[in-house]
Amino acid sequence: MSMAFKIRPDFADRVWRSFVISLPYVWLVVFFLIPFLFVFKISFSDPVIGQPPFTPLFDWSKDSFSAFLGTLDNYRFLTEDNLYWISYLKSAKIAAISTLFCLLIGYPMAYGIARSEPTTRNLLLLLVILPFWTSFLLRVYAWMGMLSSYGTINSLLIWIGLIDQPLKLLYTDFAVYLGIVYTYLPFMILPLYANLEKLDLSLHEAAADLGARPFQVLRDITIPMSMPGIIAGSLLVFIPALGEFVIPSLLGGTDSLMIGRTLYNEFFQNRDWPLASAVATVLLFILVVPMMIFQKYQMNDSDGVEQ
Amino acid sequence: MKKRSVFLLTALGFGYAFLYIPIFLLMLYSFNDSRISSVWNGFSLRWYTALFNNDQIIEAALLSLQIAFISATVATFFGTLAGLALTHMGSFRGRLLFTGLIAAPLVMPEVITGLSLLLVFVSSEQLIGWPETRGATTITIAHITFSMAFVAVVVQSRLSSMDKSLEEAAMDLGGRPFQVALDITLPIIAPAMLSGWLLAFTLSIDDLVISSFVSGPGSSTLPMVIYSKVRLGVSPDVNALATIIIVVVSLGVVVAWLIMRRQEQLRLEEARLEK
Repeated sequence: MSMAFKIRPDFADRVWRSFVISLPYVWLVVFFLIPFLFVFKISFSDPVIGQPPFTPLFDWSKDSFSAFLGTLDNYRFLTEDNLYWISYLKSAKIAAISTLFCLLIGYPMAYGIARSEPTTRNLLLLLVILPFWTSFLLRVYAWMGMLSSYGTINSLLIWIGLIDQPLKLLYTDFAVYLGIVYTYLPFMILPLYANLEKLDLSLHEAAADLGARPFQVLRDITIPMSMPGIIAGSLLVFIPALGEFVIPSLLGGTDSLMIGRTLYNEFFQNRDWPLASAVATVLLFILVVPMMIFQKYQMNDSDGVEQ
Repeated sequence: MKKRSVFLLTALGFGYAFLYIPIFLLMLYSFNDSRISSVWNGFSLRWYTALFNNDQIIEAALLSLQIAFISATVATFFGTLAGLALTHMGSFRGRLLFTGLIAAPLVMPEVITGLSLLLVFVSSEQLIGWPETRGATTITIAHITFSMAFVAVVVQSRLSSMDKSLEEAAMDLGGRPFQVALDITLPIIAPAMLSGWLLAFTLSIDDLVISSFVSGPGSSTLPMVIYSKVRLGVSPDVNALATIIIVVVSLGVVVAWLIMRRQEQLRLEEARLEK
């Protein structure tokens, strides 16, 4: 065989390899990574009335030198106005408590699914996945009908005779917690189930044989061994919940200022793009550590499958 | 042991009731003649009639379907390549960043993704004059970006759990990587690609926040129209719309599940016969 025939397939292999890697890579860099740099950049601009509604960061008109026109005003404003501190803290509190409730409801469910008969198990799993496929927005909306003054829950309570006047349930923090737990519950159950399903039951039997009570088995064996699932599920709930916009805006009161909603209002109502960018930049910095932990567990999970 | 299973059954019952009661009530109210949901005035299809006479909703639904179809298809292509890159290409420069770029969209708050994409579109319009207007195209690009990560995860998990011996045999027999990927790997991961496509389609149809940021005047997707209708309270024709969407999606998921279960059973039987 001549050399030409040997080189050409190698070349084709290299082309194929770089095609597979670079095509999705370039897309994600252009439309996911670089956009964050723009957020960062515009967070140092001043808002102006015009199109686009922010000042340029550099003045290119000055011959060879470009003057830096950036400002830290937006960040100064973030620290000075209590609104933003309160939004960040309140979001963190709501996201953390909701995550805890998702775990408390989701863990026994995931455990129950993993321990049921294979045929039932598939059906139960389908019932967890099904809401995940139906519209997020509509599932949040469903609670508006449940919680309103003339809604299901108030009507039921009045009919039973527990209350005379409808309770204010909709447009409260309670409704926001409920909405987050409801919509994010499947995200907690699925990684927990994937983890619990793989657990080796012989350890449980050994512990039970040695006289451990069910609670002790749960505390000393099941929960420690399902830690990867607990962490993955908690981060899948906590990180998006922290920046949640739809739930606080539909179910929360006007005072339920979660940071996602503050950012949205800053952008769409006040049209202050630089300030919205500063809010987003700070939120992103807060999320860097949880996201890195999440990525670590994502990678460990796929490596585990490969072995 | 007995006590714990009672506890587990209660937990399961409570959990599923929590997940499903709001949806069932929403569907029930869509047939209610009354405007106030909890007062039952008798069975009526008036909200369905109102829905089908609402041109704004029909138009938005068609736009959403179009965007979802295109973005899911492109996202499946990119996501499958990304899954292959992560499982079949060994180590390459920037692999850690690449895995980060695949994992981050899964959890990134939508307000951040939406804002950052909009700022890129605005800046690129200033610099190179593209995109001239924001609308279906920019929404489609945004949807491809976040849903390809979901496809990549679905395809990657299938790729890393599959039996590598077929691919290795094909390589030993002189198959080039591209041929092997097309003739051996592709048929094996096709079901995962289909679930990835369906997931991307659903995510696109459902997206409100990112679309709101990157869309322009005149192009409203279905979630944007729904949101503007329900922002100030319950709207009965949205109940009707929700019922239609939920029934269609549930039927689709259940049928897909039944087909997959049937295939699984066939595979198990084959494996039994081979022994």
